[in-house]
Amino acid sequence: MIHLKNIHKTYDNGSPLHVLKGIDLDIQKGEFVAIMGASGSGKSTLLNILGILDNYDEGEYRLAGTLIRNLSETRAADYRNRMIGFIFQSFNLIPFKNAVENVALPLFYQGVGRRKRNALALEYLDRLGLKDWAHHYPNELSGGQKQRVAIARALITQPQIILADEPTGALDSHTSLEVMEILKDLHRQGMTIVVVTHESGVAYQAEKIVHIKDGLIECIEENLHPEENPFGVNTIMK
Amino acid sequence: MKLFDIDQWEEIYDSLNKNRTRTFLTAFGIFWGIFMLILLMGGGKGLQSMLGNNLAGFASNSGFLISERTSKPYRGFRRDREWHMNLQDVTRLKNAIPELDIVTPMLENWGNNTASADNRSLSVSLTGEKSEMSLIDNPKIIHGRPLNDVDDLQRRKVCVVGTRVVEELFPRLAKDESPCGRFIQVDGVFYRIVGVSGKGPQGISIGGNAQTTVHLPYGTMQQMYNKGENVDIMCMTAKEGFKMSDIQKRAEVLLKREHMIHPDDTQAVLKLNTEAIFGMVDSLFHGVSILVWMIGLGTLLAGAIGVSNIMIVAVKERTTEIGIRRAIGATPRDILGMIMSESIVLTLLAGMSGITLAVLILQAMEMWLQADNPSVTFQISFYLAVGSASLLALLGVIAGLAPAIRAMQIKPVDAMREE
Repeated sequence: MIHLKNIHKTYDNGSPLHVLKGIDLDIQKGEFVAIMGASGSGKSTLLNILGILDNYDEGEYRLAGTLIRNLSETRAADYRNRMIGFIFQSFNLIPFKNAVENVALPLFYQGVGRRKRNALALEYLDRLGLKDWAHHYPNELSGGQKQRVAIARALITQPQIILADEPTGALDSHTSLEVMEILKDLHRQGMTIVVVTHESGVAYQAEKIVHIKDGLIECIEENLHPEENPFGVNTIMK
Repeated sequence: MKLFDIDQWEEIYDSLNKNRTRTFLTAFGIFWGIFMLILLMGGGKGLQSMLGNNLAGFASNSGFLISERTSKPYRGFRRDREWHMNLQDVTRLKNAIPELDIVTPMLENWGNNTASADNRSLSVSLTGEKSEMSLIDNPKIIHGRPLNDVDDLQRRKVCVVGTRVVEELFPRLAKDESPCGRFIQVDGVFYRIVGVSGKGPQGISIGGNAQTTVHLPYGTMQQMYNKGENVDIMCMTAKEGFKMSDIQKRAEVLLKREHMIHPDDTQAVLKLNTEAIFGMVDSLFHGVSILVWMIGLGTLLAGAIGVSNIMIVAVKERTTEIGIRRAIGATPRDILGMIMSESIVLTLLAGMSGITLAVLILQAMEMWLQADNPSVTFQISFYLAVGSASLLALLGVIAGLAPAIRAMQIKPVDAMREE
């Protein structure tokens, strides 16, 4: 599904900053992978590259067989729209749109008609237990509800992968667990999920943990039985 | 960008409606600009029509010649000689100068004539006119009829009088009652009133205040006041496309030759013409309309810059929103279209309401002022309104350009780089 080969990335703000120093990573279809690292380790940059939000300087990135390199903004937008679902730390819902409209927005950019996309959005909200909140605005929702709306928005285009950037960063431990349960559910249904986090409690919910340090992959840890892991029992350590 | 997609419109409506304060403030600049432009243009037009109304009825290409004493001795004649134009000069001028349209003689007794009726009296000016005179100085008859050729030929003792004459001499007459048929006495002779001239105190008139003038037929005045062949004022108009001042110079040369006046005598023939007056008024209005356009367009431009400015701030404020949109699949063109159409819609809406309000106010002013002056027009033309609307659309595009380009450069990563 995801194939990274020797990815390099250097930011050049005054003095060059070599952030990614040759990343090789393969993620198979249906895997649940956590990318873990301290701040400044390059994990966010890696996520941006995975999400086609940023370019890389060197190497090769294939997403579902398609080479992602030097895309025009328009092509990149199209790939993001159709192949990737984003979940952000700060939810990133549009404040003046209600839940249904927020969820339906990716379909708007696909040119799907209003009635159809709103019906579909309602269906996804229902699936995440938010049917009664469909016409509420983001400021009328709790953090957990907002994140569930964001998950619905990520799912509505039926993407190849879900990219989550610190999905529980702004949530308390209880709702964090709730959100992680949803992600695990999606994983059980066969969705490929990549979560970026610095919280071990979150990371050890995944079955594969990629540790990143100073722009390189330190090690890849298999975690086939998350529930047996001390971090994975019942709650998420905050 | 699919312009006629209902979703597009809903997006625009949403983002404008959900940010009302910003929308209102942005729109107000444009609203005010177009409002002022239209109001000023209408006001300028109204002023012009009000002033033009005072000049109306007076031929704009007319000229007058009046004989004065000579200032130079010539061919044995002494200086300070009194001379008069005569009726043969009318024919002479007509024959010698084909560019002349009307040449008509006029007699005049300024000031010290007393008109009386019913033991009341009033000091008036007397003029003797041929019927052609009404083509140069329209008497604007409100009662009865103007003087005609038969009055002149038969030397009838009839007259057309100004409004003050009627008010002063017949005070018991109701406001709109016609005094026609009544008699007034001027210098011991009775004249029957056949018409009343409605000319007001403003505007151009020859022979003193139009309201206190008594107009007699030329022949009548000629006989009553022993004018003989003499002509006091020679009135003329030029044919279309000829300048009265040039024609008057030629007429002066001709008259001087006929009446033995030194060719260099600058005093003997007094020349008056309306060209200068009308020219002055024209250039005044030209200046006013240039000023109106400058102020109006300036205000409008300031409004457009305001829109652009606020939109740039708005784009900055919406960085996260735009970043989110980009992250979930909006292309740069989508974003460009979004900001541009918001700007255009906003400008047009604000502009249209500005035009509408200005037009309403102009209409109210017009209705109010037309009560006593029916020819006053304040309203702008339909095409001017359409023109302003297209100008607005153009301004909307220009105003939206800078913020839209800025919005296009927002990267989706910016959505995540919050706070």
